Amino acid sequence: MDPISLSALQHWKYCPRQCGLIHLEQAFDDNLHTLRGQAEHARVDQPSVQSTKGVRVERALPLWHDTLGLIGKSDVIEFLPDGTPYPVEYKHGSRHKAPAIAACDDLQLAAQALCLETMTSRAVPEGALYYASSRRRRVVPITADLRKDVADTAQAVRQMLASGVLPSPLVGDQAAQRCKGCSLQERCQPQATPLLLAAARRSLFDPEA
Amino acid sequence: MQLLNTLYVTLPDAWLRLDNDTLRIEVERETRLRVPLHHLTAVVCFGHVGLSAPLMHRLADEGIALVLLDANGRFKARLEGAVSGNVLLRQAQFARGADAAYVLDMARSFVAGKIKNTRQVLQRGAREAKSADEAAVLIRRADDLAASLRVLPEATTLDTVRGVEGEAARQYFSGLPLLVRPDQREHFAMDGRTRRPPRDRFNALLSFLYAMWMNDCRSALEAAGLDPQVGFLHALRPGRAALALDVMEEFRPWADRLALTLINRGQVQADDFDLREGSVSLQGDARKSVVTAYQERKKDEITHPLLAQSLPLGLVPLVQARLLARALRDDAMPYLPFVPR
Repeated sequence: MDPISLSALQHWKYCPRQCGLIHLEQAFDDNLHTLRGQAEHARVDQPSVQSTKGVRVERALPLWHDTLGLIGKSDVIEFLPDGTPYPVEYKHGSRHKAPAIAACDDLQLAAQALCLETMTSRAVPEGALYYASSRRRRVVPITADLRKDVADTAQAVRQMLASGVLPSPLVGDQAAQRCKGCSLQERCQPQATPLLLAAARRSLFDPEA
Repeated sequence: MQLLNTLYVTLPDAWLRLDNDTLRIEVERETRLRVPLHHLTAVVCFGHVGLSAPLMHRLADEGIALVLLDANGRFKARLEGAVSGNVLLRQAQFARGADAAYVLDMARSFVAGKIKNTRQVLQRGAREAKSADEAAVLIRRADDLAASLRVLPEATTLDTVRGVEGEAARQYFSGLPLLVRPDQREHFAMDGRTRRPPRDRFNALLSFLYAMWMNDCRSALEAAGLDPQVGFLHALRPGRAALALDVMEEFRPWADRLALTLINRGQVQADDFDLREGSVSLQGDARKSVVTAYQERKKDEITHPLLAQSLPLGLVPLVQARLLARALRDDAMPYLPFVPR
């Protein structure tokens, strides 16, 4: 089983087509948001270990989950004095995101928690998302629902990769909310719908059209 | 998506080197120009231009295309970084290329785009014609092109499609000289398209502009992850970028329009050409002004009918390459050539 990148789960939750473009077609374009994200991550991307007040802090720790077939890298894992891993994922922007967008971050964090559980054989009941603009953490309990969502999403991503078929663009409200923030919009071309193309194709051979 | 610059180096004996994050152009050890690399999408060198290996490494790393052309703009070589893009897309492209019905359909699309756009050139010429006779000739040619367009859907073989395309090109080029300003017609007369070598000034100018469009189409296809050699309308031949030629068809009328603008505004003049025993080529200094005009033209904002957004003309080949990639991967997405309204 080829492992799936943890970020793919978050991409899928945001937009299956974005996930397909990045992980199936290996395409990536930057925009302001992704560049901000990279700048934010540059700080936490250097592997290092640090200890304060009995808490050991690991940065850029490799993560994996053999059963679910996931791999990735953490931003920050705090190992509490009793040895419990506490994942913290860094996100740029403010912590006041739309619930559906915040849920994508939660999913990625939960996937990290599941990896840490199998790696350390310790329960990971909680983690946090750190939002750079707000400079605040948002604590996320790793619930049963989130755990199921991780497994389901991993399966959906795996199916998409195996089929080799790029998912369709988002439509309606979801498209209105998410496409404009997506760096892959110009590659995705969500405006050029099959319906529009079929109509344009019919008039291609009409000189007056 | 950002329109980055293509650096065209036409200075003979220029030497290009890497200078931190910039490209430096020297002539006889004297710096003539420094360009930050992040402003560049491609470096195109005409003729005898030298460049350093560190610069080549860096261009490859940054995905900036390096293209070597001979002094007349004919393609020589191209430096490419690690093959990027998506193998599934290329696999789909090859499979479509082996499907005769699909090839035929694509060939019809490319030709239709070209005919529609050439027809617009003639129609505009008819509107702006100074004499009623000439306007009538141009309208008649435009009507011929309309007829060619209408028979395309009935063409059932690739040869027929190519025949329609050839006939349309003849009709178009028989009308095009009427768009040249009367006092320039003597110098810029043309009797159909000639190449290898071009036999008149108009054709020499067209060849030069086509070569630049060709490079941009090829780069766009590569950027979209497509194989520029596996085409549909153009037959596969070793060393021939058939798909780039296919996609370029819809853009040729833009090159033609620019050629007319350059002639009619006097930006290119009769003595800008070298005439040698019947073959004609553009002189060095004139090449530079044509290249500048081409780069400027690419900044013109136009509306793409399918994306319903305004974008610089220079980005349209990339948009088309991406539409083409979608069409090759997805049955529900036919390829539509770029035909502005």
